Order: sequence, then C-alpha cells, then structure tokens
Amino acid sequence: MLKKRIVLTFPSSLVSQPITYHLVKDYDLKFNIMRGLVTPDEEGRLVLELSGNKNSLNEGVEYLKNQGINVESLAHDIKWHENKCTHCTACIPACPTQAMSVNRDTMEVSFDKEKCIACELCISICPFKALVITF
Amino acid sequence: MAKTVIEINKKIKEGKAVVVTAEEIIDIVEKKGVAAAAKEVDVVTTGTFGPMCSSGAYFNFGHTKPRIKIGGGSCTMNDVPAYTGLAAVDVFMGATACQDGDPKNSVFPGAFKYGGAHVIEDLVAGKSVALKASAYGTDCYPRRELETEIKLKDMNEAVLFNPRNCYQNYNVAVNLSDKIIYTYMGTLRPRLANANYSSAGQLSPLLNDPCYKTIGIGTRIFLGGGEGYVVWQGTQHNPNVRRGENGVPEVPSGTLAVIGDLKKMSSEWLRGASFTGYGVSLTIGIGVPIPILNEDILKHTAVKDEDIIAQVVDYSEAYPQVKPGSLCEVTYAELKSGLITVKGKNVQTGAMSSYSKARKIAELLKEKILKKDFYLTDAVSPIAGVGSDVSIKMLNEKPLKNKEL
Repeated sequence: MLKKRIVLTFPSSLVSQPITYHLVKDYDLKFNIMRGLVTPDEEGRLVLELSGNKNSLNEGVEYLKNQGINVESLAHDIKWHENKCTHCTACIPACPTQAMSVNRDTMEVSFDKEKCIACELCISICPFKALVITF
Repeated sequence: MAKTVIEINKKIKEGKAVVVTAEEIIDIVEKKGVAAAAKEVDVVTTGTFGPMCSSGAYFNFGHTKPRIKIGGGSCTMNDVPAYTGLAAVDVFMGATACQDGDPKNSVFPGAFKYGGAHVIEDLVAGKSVALKASAYGTDCYPRRELETEIKLKDMNEAVLFNPRNCYQNYNVAVNLSDKIIYTYMGTLRPRLANANYSSAGQLSPLLNDPCYKTIGIGTRIFLGGGEGYVVWQGTQHNPNVRRGENGVPEVPSGTLAVIGDLKKMSSEWLRGASFTGYGVSLTIGIGVPIPILNEDILKHTAVKDEDIIAQVVDYSEAYPQVKPGSLCEVTYAELKSGLITVKGKNVQTGAMSSYSKARKIAELLKEKILKKDFYLTDAVSPIAGVGSDVSIKMLNEKPLKNKEL
C-alpha cells in the first residue's frame, strides 16, 4: 500500500464531475480530502491523499490528467524560504499540523513538509513572506 | 569595585575585558554570586530583533544638473511616497508609508506587500530603486521633474532614524471576540485561539538596565548590522509605571530613539515586514552593551525570563477602545514555552520579535567588543528616569475654533 499526496487544479467545466468517485470505483484507491476549494463556475482545487497499490496509483493519476486536471505533488505546494525567515514564531500557533515548529532551546523555526496539508493559514501571517505557495 | 567606562575600554584595548551576553550572565551570577560576577565581568551584551513602526530613514540624493528643489514638492521611491518638507534634495522615508495605488484595507484584509520599510531594506541590500520627484521650480532650482535609478552608494547621506524602538516590555495580544482580527501584533484568531507577544525578554536591552543607569543619550549600539547611537528617549517613553522588586516594568514602559549610518547596515539585520490587515513596519536588530560599573548594574543584567511579567490584553475591545486593565499576567518563560493559560484556557503563543536573532545580536556584539571593533561610550546625558515628570498621555481632543483654516 503506497500513499501519495497530490494537489489537483481543475477547470470550471470539471467542477461538477464526480472525479473522486471514479478513483474509488475504477482504480480501487482510498482518498482522504485534506483540503478543498471548489467554487461553481470557477477553478477548483483539491488536496488529496491517495492510497492504493503502485499500479492503481499511477493509473488513477493518469486518469486525472486525462480529464484535463492539473496534478502536482503536494511537496511542491508550500515553500518555506529559510533565508527570509527571521524565526519570529508568528506562524507557530497558526499551523494546525505542527508542520511549522520551533525548537524551544534555540528558538529557531523549522518546516516539516511531510506534515504540511497546504491549508495556507501561515501564508498571510508571515510578515516576511517566508512562506509562499508555489503553484 | 566601581569601574568606569574608560577603564573598561582600556581593558578592551588590552584584550583583557570579560564580555558575556545577557543570557550567559544569568548562569555566572547563579554560580558565583553578584559580588564576584560584578568584579569579573566588564560588559554584558543585550539584543532585540522586533518590528517597530516608528522607524524610517532620511536621505540626501545629491544635487541634479540643473538643480531641483524636491522640498515642498513630491517624491516617491519605488512608488512609495517620501516626506519632502525638508531641503532641496533631502527626504524622509517612513517605514509605514504605503505604495501609491495600494488598496490598503479597502480590500480587507490588505496585504501591504511593499512599503517604506521595504524601500529601506532594498537599498540596504544594494538594490537600485526608482526615484521620482516633481517640484514647482524656482529661479535657483529651475528643474520640475526627476526620474532616475538610485542606489544607496550613490547618495551623500543615508541615515536610519527611529523615533522609537527597544520597547521596555510589551503587551501580550489576544482576541476575545468571535471574529478574526488583524493587528500590529499579528493575526489574532477568535475566542483566544492564539496569544502574540513581542519582546526578547531577558535579552532585551532596557529590561537589562531597567532604570536607565547606563543606557542614555550617546550610548553607542549595534544597529541593523552597523553602529548607531541612542539619541533621545523614544516617543511614548513612560518610565513611571508599576515595577517589580527587580525594578523591571510590568507594563510597556521605556523606549529609545536611535540613529545610525544606513550605508553600513545589512539586510540580515534590517527587514521590511508586512502585517496583513494592518500595514508595513520595519524590523531591525539592536544590541546595547551594558558596562558593569557596579554590583547594582550587574544584578539587573542577570534578570531571567521567569522574573519578567507581561500583561495579556484583549485587542478586539480593550486595546482599540482604550479600556484599562489586563486579562492576566504571564512571564516571558511561560510565553517562550509556547503555551499560556488565559481565562482557564490553554492558548498557544507566537512572537513578533525573534529571540534567536536577539541571541545572535548579543553574541555578535560580544565578539565585536572582544575583537576590539566596538568600544563603549559613557552617556552624554541620561534619559528621563523613574521619578521624572515624563509620562505618556492620551490626546485631549478639542473642537476646532476656526474650521475655515
């Protein structure tokens, strides 16, 4: 069983389509919606964690791409620019998954991509624009 | 055992001075006691790295050919307006100035992506900025328009001047309301979801010299990576407040006005800051050396985070409506642990000022002194202290007598 976190960006024409249903029924994939932003008549964005066997995952992602959906790995989603970070810790209470954390001895901030669900709550909170969305 | 600054500088020159940071002195005093520590240690270095809106820089661009009198006209740098009510080619860029065309909070909450503080940061980073000016023209200054790229090195003078900095203690901001609020203390989520503070606590300059015994007008300091001076008490300086037995204020109190050569600063220690829904501010690193002239001065430098108290204030109602009182008191040790208790609820903390940067500044200043790159100064004159007639007042508004004016 493999896991893959992906960011889907789909055009307004696909917003009303039951995309995730097909991932379950046709490709035997489990999905966990980490974040969704779907507005009628506009673009939609969905952050999914997919789990299944390797072939199913690849075929499922291929199916999504064939539907005209832009598929990106979540790892590329939120980027922490360490050189811009002043380690002020303003982002710490905003992060719901402790992806942003602080070492209480050094009082330095670090970012764990694996824990990030791309909720974007930190983006507008950072006064130094050290956290950015890369898509 | 009283020492003088002259004696300490002599020891620095001879490579014999004992210099420690405001963190290191805590352990030294615990192990050796105040008397022995005061005899051994010559200088304690402090540091802080936090946002302060009352910041800016003034520039002299050099005269154009033919000459232009920007004074009384208008001027922008990267489309951020500068104050021109000065001489022909002198302007002041304030940290909080917003770029022309910025929607500010008309699209709420505004992002305030670029402002005066960012212009100053870009210049310090060696970047070129777009200087535009228009003037009314005179016989001696006939030119009306100016558009040019300019870098810091092209200017005659570029001087950082902060009317206020180094706040001696500050509020912890929370939000008791049911909606998110955007403040200079950051974004405060509803129903006590987070608590934001802004002080380096035991490393902060004025918390290590709480009664201003050594820090005064003329004190040489580390400023933005270069050198600067304390030139006055800062605006809103308020020395006569409630203090603990250790002399440390339990509410926001003293402040410093500082000045320094912008050309010698570095963008590692001077950064523009954008506070969503609030505006632009300038974050700058300041380090103040404290000469250990006697045991009393040393005793105060050994202050610990657990001995410094801050007030938790509601920024949804109490702060904007100027309602006195605080929700509770917490120590900086509690704040730095990441969790405090307010009204029986555990609240996660975040800071606006960087403790790790403050620590680096104190260490950097210590190294500079040990390398004989930095000598201490005696204050030319003290700043208003405890018992002085200086206090912070609210504005007493009065109806205008002649509204035509």
